[in-house]
Formats: sequence, C-alpha cells, structure tokens
Amino acid sequence: MNKVVSGADEAIRDIQDGMTLMLGGFGLCGLPENCIAALVKQGRKQLTCISNNAGVDDFGIGLMLKQRQVKKMISSYVGENAEFERQLLSGELEVELLPQGTLATRCMAAGYGMPAIFTPAGVGTEVAEGKETRNFNGKDYLMEMAFDADFAIVKAWKGDTMGNLVYRSTARNFNPVMAMAGKITIAEVEELVQPGELDPDHIHTPGIYVHRIFQGKDYEKRIEQRTVRVKQ
Amino acid sequence: MTKGIKEIEIMLDKQGIAQRIAREIKDGYYVNLGIGIPTLVANYIPETMDVVLQSENGLLGMGPFPFEGEEDPDVINAGKQTITMLPGSAIFDSAMSFGMIRAKKVNLTILGAMEVSENGDIANWKIPGKMVKGMGGAMDLVASAENIIVAMQHVNKAGESKLLPQCTLPLTGVHCVKKIVTELGVFDVLPEGGFKLLERAPGVSVEEIKNATAGKLIVEGEIPEIVI
Repeated sequence: MNKVVSGADEAIRDIQDGMTLMLGGFGLCGLPENCIAALVKQGRKQLTCISNNAGVDDFGIGLMLKQRQVKKMISSYVGENAEFERQLLSGELEVELLPQGTLATRCMAAGYGMPAIFTPAGVGTEVAEGKETRNFNGKDYLMEMAFDADFAIVKAWKGDTMGNLVYRSTARNFNPVMAMAGKITIAEVEELVQPGELDPDHIHTPGIYVHRIFQGKDYEKRIEQRTVRVKQ
Repeated sequence: MTKGIKEIEIMLDKQGIAQRIAREIKDGYYVNLGIGIPTLVANYIPETMDVVLQSENGLLGMGPFPFEGEEDPDVINAGKQTITMLPGSAIFDSAMSFGMIRAKKVNLTILGAMEVSENGDIANWKIPGKMVKGMGGAMDLVASAENIIVAMQHVNKAGESKLLPQCTLPLTGVHCVKKIVTELGVFDVLPEGGFKLLERAPGVSVEEIKNATAGKLIVEGEIPEIVI
C-alpha cells in the first residue's frame, strides 16, 4: 500500500480541464501550497474549485483565479481577494456561496457515503432557493447534497507512505473532511515518515482515503493577519 | 443623523459596546465571537469566570494574541488572525466545528450585522452589486444558536438606521437575533416583534435613540443608563 509519488507535478498529472477539485485550508492556513503551484504551472482551465476561501490576490487559489483557470468557485467567504470580487461582480466567474458548516458537512457526507444532509443554515435566505426543505420536530431544514469531486487536494503535517495523515493545530480545518471526499485524494505533507512511525491512536485521516502522498517543500505558510501583543 | 461633539464623547465606542456585551457572558459558557467588535469582547471577560471561546475554524480554548516573534501560522482564529491556544484547548475539523454549533453546544454567539429587523432577522453578508464577501459561518451560527447578540453601530455610514422594520439586504437568518448592543443602547428583540429599549448609553436620550431607530421601538418606563 505504498501511495508515495515523487511530487506535486506527478500527483496532479491527470487532472483535466473541466474537473471539480476540493482544496483544503482555511484562509492561507493548512493550504496545499505545492499542489496549487503545480496546478498554476499545469494551466488546466474550466475548473470548479471547492474551497472555503479563494486565497488572496497573490497566493493560494488567487493565483489560479489570476490565470482564469477557475470557471466556478464554491466557497463560504471570499472577502480577502479583490481579483475574485472583480471577476464575480463582472460575471466572469461563477460563484456558489454556501454557509461554512454546509460546505464542511457536504464534504463529510461524501466521505461517509451519505447522499445528502439536512441543515437549518440558510433557511429563509437566498441559499435556500431551489433546495428541498423538510420540517423535523417543528423546525425547517434544507437538504444539501454530498459533494462529488474528482480530486481532493489536502495538506497535512505528517503522513506515512500508506497515506495515514496527522494535521497540526488549526491547519486541520477542512483538510480531513475533504481528504475523505475525493474520488482521488492527494495529500502533501511537511514530513513523510515510514509506517509505524505514527501512533495509530493519533491518526486523523486513515490512509484508505488517500491515494497519493508526497513530502512537500519550501512551505511559505503565509500569515494573513499578523496580530501580536506587547510583552509587559 | 448628525452628532455634536458632546454626544460623540459620551456615547459608547467600540470598546464600550464590547465591554457591555461581555456582561452577558456567564460562568461556564462556551462562546463564539464573530469578526470585528465581537472579537473585542474577549478582552472584557473577567478572569474569575470560566469561559471557553470557540473559533469555528476548529478550536476550543482560544487565547490572546501571541507575543511578537511567537506567531504560529498554523494557529489562527476564524478572522485569520494569529492567536494562542490556552491550556485545555481542543482542535477539530470544520465539520465537527459546525456539528457542535448545530447541536447547540455553544451557549452564546456574538456577531456583527449590517441590518437587523424588528422580528429578529439579520443581514450581514452581501450588498447586491457592490459587495460580496460571503456568509462564512454566520448562517450556520444564527440558524442554530439559541442565544444571539448582535454588536453593531446603530446607523450606517450614510446615516441610515440599521434597526429596521424589515431588512433590505439579503438575509443571513430569520427570527434569530435576541439582543442588540449599539453605541446608543441595549435592546431586546421581542418574540412578537419590536426593539425593546433596555438601557441607554451614557448621556444619550431616549429621543435620540428614537430618531436613530427606523424599526418599532418600545420604551417602557424609565430607561437606565448603561453601567460599565
């Protein structure tokens, strides 16, 4: 069960124009930086990207937007990216904005083999348009379908050659649920180790969900909002 | 609405709003703080109180900003700010984070708004044709939280009231806001509709609040000043 590939270029080699990709991360935290750089180099177009945010103008998915590789974004919050807002308001880019919990749970449903979930988020708002509403115990819920993604691309802290993954701190975010949800899941890790080096009790994503893994390099790990306090 | 210098000096500033909201937090609460004024509330929770802050990107036990040089890009809050984790913190993925919100494990949600209606509807994620930032976790939070407090300015930049009979902007949630704290006062949103004035900001008159409130304002008896 060796899932190791040489690097990002090999990991994304068979991504085609028009495919649907999930990209882990929250803001710039826990972002699969190596794969995004490779996607920008590869230059596939008409992609649908499912990711909580759309990066910033010069980093993350923002780089793919700049190259017009993205046909549609499915996200919950895109406020940090001026180019995104411009493409959206001009109609060049198709966007589906979803509540963050809905986004996460639609990934989770895919990974758990469930076709749909019910959530109260968005009831009575434009998010509910065209969606089935069901009443349970006196409260309305929207039916939201599991995502169907060709590839899920995630970033973990450590992983072993069998694809078992461990995340670090809040860089975990969407990565575990997206890792479970791709038809093919690619994991880039900061440290690739041998089977047995990770404690089975501490695995966050079991390797069965992961198809390709490699040790990434040159992580920038940009900070979006550097906030500090002064030592008294 | 224009304000004289005297009034600006005596009504609440952002810190004042945050300070007043902090008094709504009870011992033992798990609290989710939104971006903006709500984030400031953390500074006014008494140290004697046992309160855990939830950040919806996947953390319980959010601590203060790190000291300079100790920032960790893997440790951020939902506003993407570098933060610290307190002893006893727990990390989880985004699905579990909204699982605990949906399951009503979080006791209090404090968030900002562009508009609130007198029946408790809230709008805070989109201005059609002008601004689209997205709802982030706000729709999930307002749809499930039992206790929602809105922290906001009473009027927008154009001087128009943000407390309205009906929201004009796309909604984030319906019939969900329970309480509002602005620079002018503290209001309950009544289940039958209407903003019930509970407290006035120091030096602000009921008349001034009436003039700045487009929705139905309910004033009963003497309205005390906010004590901070």
